[in-house]
Amino acid sequence: MNLESGISPAADRSAPALPAALPPFNPAANAQVREVHDPFHGDLLEVSMGPHHPSTHGVFRMMVTLDGEAIVKLKPVFGYLHRNHEKLGENTTYLASMPYTDRLDYLNSMTNNWAYALAVEKLAGQPVPERAEYLRVILAELTRLLNHTCLAGFLLQDTGASGTPLMYAFREREKILDLFESISGSRMMCNFQRFGGCRVDATPDWLAATQRFVDGYNEFLDEYEALITGNEILMARTQGVGVLGPELAVNAGITGPMLRACGVNYDLRKVDGYGVYPRFDFRVPLGDHGDTYDRYMIRVLEMRESLGILQQALRDLPAGPIMDPKAKIRGLKPKPGEAYGRIEGPKGEIGFYLISDGSANPYRYRVRPPSFVNLTVLEDMCLGQTVADAVIILGSVDIVLGEVDR
Amino acid sequence: MSDATAQLAETTRPEPADTPRGASSPTPSPESPLISEAERDELRRQGILLTSLEEIYNWGRSHSVWPLQFGLACCAIEMIAASMARFDIARFGSEVFRPSPRQADLLIVSGTVTKKMAPQVVRLWNQMPEPKYCIAMGACAISGGPFKQGYNVLKGIDRFLPVDIYIPGCPPRPEALLHGLMQLQQKIRGQKLTGPDAPRHLRADDPCAYPVPEFGERDLVPPQNPAVWQPPPPPVRPAS
Repeated sequence: MNLESGISPAADRSAPALPAALPPFNPAANAQVREVHDPFHGDLLEVSMGPHHPSTHGVFRMMVTLDGEAIVKLKPVFGYLHRNHEKLGENTTYLASMPYTDRLDYLNSMTNNWAYALAVEKLAGQPVPERAEYLRVILAELTRLLNHTCLAGFLLQDTGASGTPLMYAFREREKILDLFESISGSRMMCNFQRFGGCRVDATPDWLAATQRFVDGYNEFLDEYEALITGNEILMARTQGVGVLGPELAVNAGITGPMLRACGVNYDLRKVDGYGVYPRFDFRVPLGDHGDTYDRYMIRVLEMRESLGILQQALRDLPAGPIMDPKAKIRGLKPKPGEAYGRIEGPKGEIGFYLISDGSANPYRYRVRPPSFVNLTVLEDMCLGQTVADAVIILGSVDIVLGEVDR
Repeated sequence: MSDATAQLAETTRPEPADTPRGASSPTPSPESPLISEAERDELRRQGILLTSLEEIYNWGRSHSVWPLQFGLACCAIEMIAASMARFDIARFGSEVFRPSPRQADLLIVSGTVTKKMAPQVVRLWNQMPEPKYCIAMGACAISGGPFKQGYNVLKGIDRFLPVDIYIPGCPPRPEALLHGLMQLQQKIRGQKLTGPDAPRHLRADDPCAYPVPEFGERDLVPPQNPAVWQPPPPPVRPAS
């Protein structure tokens, strides 16, 4: 030890002063390492979960700082699937952006199409025929069923119920995809909505098949709930885990089932009343605790309400055109101005903000992705929880990386 | 393992000059000089299986290709759908999706590879043990697809990795993935254990690890691996 050189860092480390009691850990002071050297509380451990991780639902990365098994810090790392969606949207025509919106949230292409079509219709002042509005509602609610079913399957997969719930969910998903394929020609990337209506009309056969599917779906939900909802292990893993308070949720701009699981009554189908939603009788399920179990239950209850909307829409579907005859689709050049179209997607408020300068391409094309905004409170929900719970909390946020990174 | 296999394969296949040929048998093919295909099929019908080490080795490994559980983008959902009840990739022996690259045989590049993600994909490929295969699933993994004009999208994973099977589609249906897997199985079954046609993992001169690109100032450095990808020649303009 060189005493002549003044303070030596090695000399400091060689004689650690053991405190009598554990100092409280203060994450607000940006403390990386707690100065404690006892057998039970060691140094903090930083773990990189992702971008290749089986439970991050894509190429998402979490830099997790751990004290033992508890999370003291979580830093999300985005951008592994940044596909320049918005820049491409500025360089293509209005119509050519429609297939790109399919690939935003690739589970819910129909609702993405609808939100984008709504924004352009607002920009161009384009009315939509009534039958097209009903078809949009039918397809959006089918998409909601698809998304929530898949989410329930993936969430159970994350809790460790490997295989069976996901198999059940994908069995039902295939039935919905059959309907999508027969009406739009594609399973996932439907590219179905147009400015001023829909691309293809629904045949009577398709409507009958949809009716059969809707009639049988309650049975599947009953079966699924009997299997899952009252399960003791699921309750132990999810109840009280990842609690999100309503104030933080509102301040952070959380939307969708995550917000309603905190007890905030905010559903764009009721608030905006876009399309023909005011004509339907449905309830908005609300949670009480804001934990992971509530977020799961909200989705199950929303599926039941969606089935009610589907029954009413299929019953009331009017005859008529599906496309406004004066609608201009190709070579659309809206007047200069701006518009924001938003709908209640399965994951939350999906919106498109467009600025037109009168040319064939939008001057600015901006997406308001629900799962990206919902992901911003991930650290607040995960602090103090264990690593295994972080996986479930992330699963209950319901992210799709195509939309998060765009 | 590979040396012993090669020697065994040599000894079980005698030279064509030593083979006793029956006068009545049809002309044997150069692939199996001992016995013709028709004779072998007849023996199989009688319950006698004749095979070579090469054939049964490739048969075995072609029916247990374990993919890496690695989803990138939209195509990953169809990859999951292919492993679920309706399409059931387990019929082809590939249902065991391994989370770790150390246990996987097949890298399915399922989706858009961005420039931020490309180094990790190459690193995952390097971590997989030989013999390993690569499927480029979907338009994005083949060429960049609809996002090709983007500033952050790699224009095809074959610039860095040796791709065995290309599956077009945006996204390809699960049936297309199953078809691509069957093509890969066919490719595995046709591989030789010895000689110049031996696959990569039996050749001493071939590198098992590929250089991992780095995210440079503007683009990936290097932008491609010249050992596996060369830019196409410029188009020949007709003399006017």
